[in-house]
Amino acid sequence: MKKAALLAGVVAAALVSASGFASDLFDRINAGRYKAVLADCAACHTKPGGRPFAGGAPLDTPFGKLIPSNITPDRETGIGNWSYADFRGALKEGVGKGGKRLYPAMPYPAYSAMTEADIADLWAYFQKIEPVDNRVVSNQLPFPFSIRTVMIGWNLLNFSPSEFKPDPAKSAEWNRGAYLLNGPAHCGTCHTPKSLLGADKTDQFLRGGNLQSWVAPDITNDAHKGIGGWAAEDIVAYLKTGANRFDIASGPMAEVVANSTQYWTDADLNAVATYLKDIKGAGSAPPRPLDAGDPLMLAGKAVFIDRCSACHVSSGEGTPFLFPKLAKAPVVNGDDPTSLIRVVLEGSQAGTTKARPTTPAMPSFAWNLGDAEVASVLSYVRNSWGNAAPAVTPAQVKDMRTKLAR
Amino acid sequence: MVKKLPRKDVVIVGLGWTGAILAHELTDAGLDVVAIERGPWRDTATDFNVAYAPDELRYAIRKDLFLQPAQEAMTMRNNISQTALPMRDYGSFLPGTGVGGAGTHWNGHTWRFFPSDFVLKTHLTERYGAGRIADLTVQDWGVTYDELENSFDRFEYLAGISGKAGNLNGKIEAGGNPFEGPRSREYPLPPMQMTYAPTLFAEAARSIGLHPFPTPSANLSKAYVNPLGIAMGQCTFCGFCERFGCANYSKSSAHTTILPVLMRKSNFEARTECEVLKVDLAPDGKTAKGVTYVDVTGELCEQPADIVLLNAYGLHNVRLMLLSKIGTPYDPATGTGTVGRNYAYQTNASTQVFFEGKNFNPFIAAGALGQTVDDYNGDAFDHAALDFVGGAGINCIPTNGRPIAYRPTPPGTPRWGSAWKKAAKENYGNTLTFSSQGSSYAARGNYLDLDPTYKDRFGRPLLRMTFDFPDNDIRMSNWVSDRMQQIATALGGKQAVVGRTRKGWNSVPYQSTHNTGGAIMGTDPNTSAVNRHLQSWDVPNVFVVGASAFPQNAGKNPTGPVGALAFWAADAIRNHYLKNPGKLVQA
Repeated sequence: MKKAALLAGVVAAALVSASGFASDLFDRINAGRYKAVLADCAACHTKPGGRPFAGGAPLDTPFGKLIPSNITPDRETGIGNWSYADFRGALKEGVGKGGKRLYPAMPYPAYSAMTEADIADLWAYFQKIEPVDNRVVSNQLPFPFSIRTVMIGWNLLNFSPSEFKPDPAKSAEWNRGAYLLNGPAHCGTCHTPKSLLGADKTDQFLRGGNLQSWVAPDITNDAHKGIGGWAAEDIVAYLKTGANRFDIASGPMAEVVANSTQYWTDADLNAVATYLKDIKGAGSAPPRPLDAGDPLMLAGKAVFIDRCSACHVSSGEGTPFLFPKLAKAPVVNGDDPTSLIRVVLEGSQAGTTKARPTTPAMPSFAWNLGDAEVASVLSYVRNSWGNAAPAVTPAQVKDMRTKLAR
Repeated sequence: MVKKLPRKDVVIVGLGWTGAILAHELTDAGLDVVAIERGPWRDTATDFNVAYAPDELRYAIRKDLFLQPAQEAMTMRNNISQTALPMRDYGSFLPGTGVGGAGTHWNGHTWRFFPSDFVLKTHLTERYGAGRIADLTVQDWGVTYDELENSFDRFEYLAGISGKAGNLNGKIEAGGNPFEGPRSREYPLPPMQMTYAPTLFAEAARSIGLHPFPTPSANLSKAYVNPLGIAMGQCTFCGFCERFGCANYSKSSAHTTILPVLMRKSNFEARTECEVLKVDLAPDGKTAKGVTYVDVTGELCEQPADIVLLNAYGLHNVRLMLLSKIGTPYDPATGTGTVGRNYAYQTNASTQVFFEGKNFNPFIAAGALGQTVDDYNGDAFDHAALDFVGGAGINCIPTNGRPIAYRPTPPGTPRWGSAWKKAAKENYGNTLTFSSQGSSYAARGNYLDLDPTYKDRFGRPLLRMTFDFPDNDIRMSNWVSDRMQQIATALGGKQAVVGRTRKGWNSVPYQSTHNTGGAIMGTDPNTSAVNRHLQSWDVPNVFVVGASAFPQNAGKNPTGPVGALAFWAADAIRNHYLKNPGKLVQA
């Protein structure tokens, strides 16, 4: 069985090389391995603790559950009987083998920007990984979303496949960063807000999205809500090690760092940082912070001093690489407090990398802080030490409790 | 039916400070290592949760983090004429359990012993004559301070110790301990910021010609990233160290300095709630084959390994050696045998000075935040005209100012009622406590063996402890109490109560979890259980690491030397044993 798959792979590779963009097989596979890291394929297609690329954990979308498919070259349950054209179609057009329409949880709207060479490298790599027999029923969506052809209409409205076009007015580094961020790394899939139909609001590029009950914060250069206060080297440190002097990756971003960005080359990290520093945010004036004497602020301060200040420090400064800085942090100043509420209720553990192995954790406060207390302490955090953001309401906290209990 | 498991290069018994250090070092050397820990897995955010870590009732009174007698008890007696009885509860000392071990609930005093402590018998014999120590069985360690310096340094940098060097490469430094051995470099962090009581204590001590200095502390004075890349936070002076895990990642322990890196390694595995019953020996008794343990489901397992490391609490290392028949049990009647020999403890006394109109805020504290005077410790002073050897550090380290247990009142105060309440209120902020922590020198009648009567839940004999304070140590401690009286007088205050140690060690009230000896290191296989590399003389693929190796105890907390010995043993295994497995020292 395995041998047959291997042979099939060799035949397919020969076909690809006959079609003109071939080079040495090892180089191609090795390049594909790195591109699979850039594209973070494992994030969705490998279940935690599961066999590599043999199918992932369910994704909760606003439309229902999707289970990422088995993309190993197994002929029965994976992509072993796909052609290069099938593979290319899935990435570039959202159409898999036999014309099957993919859902954009598979970020083909981003992958369509990838170059032909990168896609060929990925193909060379995925043909050569270990085939795993694991049947995945991807589509768990309710009617009518379960009808894949609805995506024809969606694509018409929201998607026009186009390969990345460099901007000749910008540096090569900027263009490399733009390509990575918009193409393989598909950062906007989380960080760009979505329309009701689940498409990118392109006019709000990278200004923060909400998915699976997390907020992917604004990562534009906006000084208040975004990462305008971070230097390029802070962005690189964050992506390479999972932590910088301000913040530590946790939640889904910790997985992105663990599976993908920590393995990027320094040149690619610098390129993305250069590009990000050039992304304009909304630029709107920060809201006026709540008055320090506001009863909500006083109540929140009392909770903060008792429960939070031992680690995050009474000035909100935190401790580098250990306790995230809350003062002037993008996730704190964002309009959407989802992640903040979630972390207070659920606790959170930082991700681990070789360079920053500490994995500090915040415990859950769901059991000893009521909805009003969580709302007040977060309102205090969002309106102290230079922060300014809308107050959090007890109803928002209650709503998150309900979601987390599911 | 015993489940036979696949072989490992190294099996470690106990995942506390020394187990974690050795596991880290040996996995770095490429070995496949499994650590077997009988207690639970523990994690800062879950088990030392900042929202309930300072629960005095749960942790300090009900002793949530400690070994419970139902899991393993011990029997106690003062001398061989008595029948030892099992304790109902641990009292005088509190062994830890679980991942992190006793290094989880410690205060954080992190010392180096004096150079003379490591060559104690030679040093005292040369300075005072053999007759002075005739009643004691003190020995040299077989390793010198200079040889251990690098190991001390590595432990201190691993743990981010806060302090001020008193002796840098032989040059005496102002502000540090002038009596300490030479250090190759400064502490990794500066001393902690002093609170009021130790500041006052230091002024009083200095006024009578003594040399106070900040106690070296594993409660961090600043944020720190250790050589393994692990970040720690600044201590918040919450005052919940002793008997508690640290919720703030600011007290050094295996959790905060090693485990995050160790647990990432593919050649390391930790098995918790698995209790080792014995080390399995080959039929000739000269080679260990591995260990037998009861796993988390209650199943009996055999874990074969090329190297067995005993890294349990010192007392448990000794018991495992006795149960496994490694080495010859010590016999106090003849003074022969090695395992169980030279059990020692700590000889302490405490002083309270009651003031009026002060406010010491005793709740603002940390386990090792204070000042120490070493002028009367070890052999820092001339004993020629005295009738004892040894000495004590005098420490003013106010901590544990907690609501249930800390209610200082002057003698004569009623034990209850409105008069007691009034006195408790008046004295809470007006009492300054300092104490002497004295050496405990080995004597022939103090030892550890297996109890002939009482057994544990697996049917194994309990450890029997036979101990009383030697007359030498009582004389030492009382002489130091007189010195404490002088400091108390210099402090002023309206009343001072100076404690005095008496004969008749009592296992009930808490005194110190500094139990040493029983598997001591040395140069002679007739008087030591392990050689200078912590390798068993009798079973050379067994190393026994911990305070069990101290030939006697100094007037200082043992964790610093314990950490240094772990690095020292790791070096011996990495640099010598692995290249040529066998006896590292020929007797």
